Amino acid sequence: MASFESTARAHTPACNRGDPAPRGRVRWHVVNVASVFPQLERLLPLVSKPIQYVGGELGAVVKPWDAAAVRWVLMYPDAYEVGLPNQGVQILYEVLNERSDVLAERTYAVWPDLETLMREHGVPQFTVDSHRPVAAFDLFGISFATELGYTNLLTALDLAGIPLASVDRTDEHPVVVAGGHAAFNPEPIADFVDAAVLGDGEEAVLEITDIVRDWKAAGCPGGRDELLLRLARTESVYVPRFYDVDYLPDGRIQRVVPNRPDVPFRVHKRTTMNLDEWPYPKKPIVPLAETVHERYAVEIFRGCTRGCRFCQAGMITRPVRERSITTVGQMVKQGLEYSGFTEVGLLSLSSADHSEIGDMCSGLAEQYAGTNVSLSLPSTRVDAFNITLAEELSRNGRRTGLTFAPEGGSERIRRVINKMVSEEDLIRTVVTAYSNGWRQVKLYFMCGLPTETDDDVVQIARLAHEVIKAGRAATGSKDIRCTVSIGGFVPKPHTPFQWAAMAPPEVIDHRLALLKQAINADRQLGRAIGYRYHDGQPSLVEGLLSRGDRRVGAVIRRVWEQGGRFDGWSEHFSFDRWVDAAAETLPPQGVDLAWYTTRERDEAEVLPWDHLDSGLDKQWLWKDWQDSVAEYEQDDCRWTPCFDCGVCPSMDTEIQIGPTGRRLLPLTPVGADASGAGAVRHGLRVPD
Amino acid sequence: MARNQPPGGQAPVVQRVRIRYAKRGPLRFTSHRDFARAFERAIHRAGVPIAYSQGFTPHPKVSYASAAPTGVASEAEYLEIGLRERVDVALLARALDAALSPGLDVLDAVEAPVGGSLADRIDAGSWAVELPGVDADTARRAVAAFLAADEVPVERLTKQGRRTFDARGPVASLVVRDAAGVSAADGVPSEVAAAPCAILDLVVRQVTPTVRPDDVLSGLRVVAGLEPPSPPRATRLAQGTLTTEGEIVDPFAADRAQEAIGAPSA
Repeated sequence: MASFESTARAHTPACNRGDPAPRGRVRWHVVNVASVFPQLERLLPLVSKPIQYVGGELGAVVKPWDAAAVRWVLMYPDAYEVGLPNQGVQILYEVLNERSDVLAERTYAVWPDLETLMREHGVPQFTVDSHRPVAAFDLFGISFATELGYTNLLTALDLAGIPLASVDRTDEHPVVVAGGHAAFNPEPIADFVDAAVLGDGEEAVLEITDIVRDWKAAGCPGGRDELLLRLARTESVYVPRFYDVDYLPDGRIQRVVPNRPDVPFRVHKRTTMNLDEWPYPKKPIVPLAETVHERYAVEIFRGCTRGCRFCQAGMITRPVRERSITTVGQMVKQGLEYSGFTEVGLLSLSSADHSEIGDMCSGLAEQYAGTNVSLSLPSTRVDAFNITLAEELSRNGRRTGLTFAPEGGSERIRRVINKMVSEEDLIRTVVTAYSNGWRQVKLYFMCGLPTETDDDVVQIARLAHEVIKAGRAATGSKDIRCTVSIGGFVPKPHTPFQWAAMAPPEVIDHRLALLKQAINADRQLGRAIGYRYHDGQPSLVEGLLSRGDRRVGAVIRRVWEQGGRFDGWSEHFSFDRWVDAAAETLPPQGVDLAWYTTRERDEAEVLPWDHLDSGLDKQWLWKDWQDSVAEYEQDDCRWTPCFDCGVCPSMDTEIQIGPTGRRLLPLTPVGADASGAGAVRHGLRVPD
Repeated sequence: MARNQPPGGQAPVVQRVRIRYAKRGPLRFTSHRDFARAFERAIHRAGVPIAYSQGFTPHPKVSYASAAPTGVASEAEYLEIGLRERVDVALLARALDAALSPGLDVLDAVEAPVGGSLADRIDAGSWAVELPGVDADTARRAVAAFLAADEVPVERLTKQGRRTFDARGPVASLVVRDAAGVSAADGVPSEVAAAPCAILDLVVRQVTPTVRPDDVLSGLRVVAGLEPPSPPRATRLAQGTLTTEGEIVDPFAADRAQEAIGAPSA
């Protein structure tokens, strides 16, 4: 594989880079599509973990530049070790590269040590696949799982030589497209991105590719503006520049309206149906560098209707669409053979809810019994059934730890957040785990939830004490532990809590201190309880970015100018830098940090994302918010009647769940399989 | 409860295979740990019947001879694996090579005899060190000063902290070759192709602490103030036993000889 070849400098037309016969009026200029590896290579001995910048992974695709009609660069705006395993990027990378005339490469955030050297030596932001400069591509797609990647977007744009502000870009620059869950409110980065796509990307990237291909083939009529207009007309690509935001004297938004004809008032999310038809990743990218997840991950379903009111993922990914047991089995088999991974993650927002999860777990456990393949089921609810599943999955391995997420310490707060787990359930579940050989259980909670009191948080300690007491009684052993892990609540757009006030960091920190005291108040029990938490400050910044509007863009830019990078990393995050930047840039615009974070919104307020349609009916969200305060619980629409959240009718989608009634068949033992193309005697395979 | 272990424990090793592999081009930035992970995955991808260690967390039977440092290319890395079923060694080499990323290349494999270790066959290594931007005469003067010294103490940050040791003693030979800037290892023209580029041919005995090419370069700086303007590129070319004539004997030579005599066939 000639992945590091140098290509000559190419004199190419503005929009039709590499197109042999550009038509129409085209400005010519130089775009350097040569690999920057020779320049980069000299810097690599000077930085930490250079392997993360060289590419060469299994599953990486290198295509000739000139053969592609449309070229994408995809970014996960965090370090390689975090970004590489990201499912979204891997799926889109494969979907795009399967098209013969499309090329997709990847780029990740570079650590500050390399950033400094790249600036010194004039090395631009590059792709890891072919080390091409990011600025040379047609489209620059960035997947935001969290808002804390925004400053890294600015670094990447700046290193790429792409103007930070969308308005300053010309036909020669890539179209910058944001995706991922944070793109459901892209307003804080509206100045920096050209477009945003809400929802599932598989079909959206292909549709965008078609539009760009046609526009280029026609000689780029109307330039960048026309291209963005064509994207906006799909009604599922949001182009911020085509919308004006008017504000009221008190700082609230008056309205968000299109500023030109032909642009829809609302932009709708994309939903990919029939996940069996989209069995990606088929060829996962297998890193040489160490990354946070080293496993073959397969989504067993998308969406969740459990209705936890804090959970943005559950709200914006509806309806539930299951992948069938047989497709999952096939994907696992091929994914493991292709990658050589020995760990499989069965991913979803609440994996035990799959209609065929029992057969899936026992079937996979049976198939991989006696091998060194381990199976894991992250994101499980508090439910004794999960212990049964975990027992199946741990047949091959040790029972190291189980994790449950009751999220709230008191029965009351769990009703507020609609977690629908009783204390009795929780204790029974955890005791079952201890009785079945697990020694360590991790419990996740949140602090700072709407209506929360000090007592709601202190109840977490009582719950943990009860868990240990019951566990010791059931096992007759003192050798059991539980870890209490606390995260700060951040209200998110498109959830019933989108109107809620955040608790100030001082209140959070006070409650966390009270909780610590309460856990250790009983030394006998406290010594069996681990306590992990984050202080309240980073959550406040996340809150600003999650529910911010376009005025927050000035804060992000200021923080970045002051050196803000890698805000998701505690060693790089600076709360003071954010507070200072907010104090500098927001008051001149008539608002401040508290206005965005600790202020409760009322029903009439126009929210910054109201023109972005997640399918959820705003009136239903408001009603669910009122139900929350009244501690009224809402059951799941998969097993109770539809509660009219609005998604299925407005998106023309439906719940897709099994069971299919099929089973996983035993795998042919390795060595007996001589049918595959790469099969050879002795059971050895010569991979392609 | 040892769930990991089938009744009777892990299957025994029935065949041991020694493998020579290369770390080339950009993948020379692979660390030893990175390579070890990639190699274990390659074992699974290629369906190799690897044997596992006994115990609660069984590990695949793979042992490595001393690995070239991160960032240093190599044409002569060695490892040995234990298999629970016999395989055709040539086919094994082909399957593993295909299962590894291009740039991590399996070059040779040989069945190992029972008893004796790979480490016994390796007591020295030879390296080519390119010094882009350094002309041959400058390099020769520095090398002459280095070789004239009885002892050249250098410092390196190790896992145990900063250590000082002699870089001169273990150097068996060091000569300067003048060449245009083409990498000895992979033939890829480097950016500095037009600039002068001295190449050091270095043979070092393996002692503790290990003296690596960067230590010898530190030594050249200490004795002669040699400061290459660009990062040097080192490639390990061979490992083996050093003869009195200064030749490095291929560690597989003895295994090959045994095969020729008529070792057990696959």
